[in-house]
Amino acid sequence: MSFEIPIGPQHPIHVEPIMLRLKVEGELIVDVDVDVSYLHRGIEKGLEVRPYIQGLYLAERICGICNCAHSLCYCLNVEQLLGKEAPPRARYLRLIVEELSRMHSHLLWLGHYFHTLGFETLFMYFWRDRERVMDMLELITGNRVTTAYNTIGGVRRDLPQEAEAKLRRALDYLEERMKYYEKVVDGEPTILARTQGVGVLKSSEAISLGTVGPHLRASGIRHDVRLDDPYSGHDEVPFNVVTHDGCDCYARVKVRLGEVVESINMIRYALDHLPSGEYRLKIPPLFKAPEGESLARVEAPRGELVHYSISNGGTNPYRYKVRTPTLANIFSVVYMLKSRGDREVYIADVPPILGGIDPCICCTARVLVTDEARRKRRILTLTDLRKYSQGGRRVRG
Amino acid sequence: MGLVEKIVRKCRARSPWILLFDTGACNACDIEVAACLTPRYDVERFGVLLKGSPRHADILVVTGPVTRQARDRIIRIYEQMPEPKYVVAAGTCATSGGAYWGCYNTYPGLDSVIPVHAYVSGCPVKPEAVLKAISILVEKIEKGEV
Repeated sequence: MSFEIPIGPQHPIHVEPIMLRLKVEGELIVDVDVDVSYLHRGIEKGLEVRPYIQGLYLAERICGICNCAHSLCYCLNVEQLLGKEAPPRARYLRLIVEELSRMHSHLLWLGHYFHTLGFETLFMYFWRDRERVMDMLELITGNRVTTAYNTIGGVRRDLPQEAEAKLRRALDYLEERMKYYEKVVDGEPTILARTQGVGVLKSSEAISLGTVGPHLRASGIRHDVRLDDPYSGHDEVPFNVVTHDGCDCYARVKVRLGEVVESINMIRYALDHLPSGEYRLKIPPLFKAPEGESLARVEAPRGELVHYSISNGGTNPYRYKVRTPTLANIFSVVYMLKSRGDREVYIADVPPILGGIDPCICCTARVLVTDEARRKRRILTLTDLRKYSQGGRRVRG
Repeated sequence: MGLVEKIVRKCRARSPWILLFDTGACNACDIEVAACLTPRYDVERFGVLLKGSPRHADILVVTGPVTRQARDRIIRIYEQMPEPKYVVAAGTCATSGGAYWGCYNTYPGLDSVIPVHAYVSGCPVKPEAVLKAISILVEKIEKGEV
């Protein structure tokens, strides 16, 4: 006898609307269905009807947490279309802000992850320390979350004079704290019991499911866009790719803890070797991009982020396509949640497994029409979508 | 106003429990509202607790423009909340559609779907702004102005 349990779209473990339909037999999960369509806003279409410089504003708002990665990827993409490259100082400044934003994202995730496990104290600790990173972001970019720092041809402003000393102080403080957190995570029986051996994803499975980012590195694969395809000074700044062979939720925590320490070291190196000179190219606000196509990859906090665009010589992109890391990782969640063979997955394992990939639904939302009353669902085809967007009529499920 | 009602209002203003729902936000407003609960801003000193169920909540904090998919959900959540209930639209998107203005899948603002009692501007909102909005709303609840 199996039951269907819906989790979401409004649920305490996750602020963002995601719907999991779990088919359970007793406590055991036998089948899972994921619906991530609640946040579909039509951003790709929105980017096509805006000039490049206005598109930057919208591209940043694909995801609030990894906004730096999205705006950087958008800028790299447009710069590639124009055949221009940001000056060296801008590349280093971009790297500093990107790594700061990675630290804020990882600390946020770590806090939220322990919150989903019921470890409230650690949640408060992580978010308190995260405020130091937010202060630094505010000092350098003028904004806490949505930084609006990257722009086409460089960055919007230079590093303020007093920023360097303050930044170094904050990094020293965070380095100390990270040592403490390593100790807590290694020695706390509650954390070990809830994470070790939960959500196992072996290296071969991780590759065949197409996972990316820290989630892939926690399965022991050394893959990082910053290493494979350096895009913003990463070929000059040395760093280690943090991997772990645990393949479980515990490994995912350890990888992200390690990456925060790596980010601290990268920012220190970049501050020591910051080149002088211009921090942005002069590009007029309204320009026409030459005909062609371009593709840019960035290592966002959650994994590989890809932006692709086609230009037909106008002031707007003809087609813009975004492929976000959570969309790549969500398939592995479905795989990990199903009990198979000797791997048994219980309802209580859902928060650590779902949380383990650092899901960011706002990037992931795709169109799927669900009719709750008739229990019918279908995925829209391209033709449907086109009609939908042009005529503005309501599509029935 | 009778004595009982006075006491009830006073108590209500001391424990406004909130429910956070994302109807299409880019996450930035969500994390800023969540940051209110953490040690630096500590909204719990006003008696505010973040609840998981709409049936426990007094104040619904909504972030993001309302997408077509989320519209029915937000109406249902609003209907599940017990009276008296208040709604805060956090961020430019929830107020007016914001950056997603003109996108085919969003509504221009939360007030086109459910009634709203307080608007917080900012893209994303600052935690201080959310604190101020909640404290003004609580003051009004105590005086019986909303």
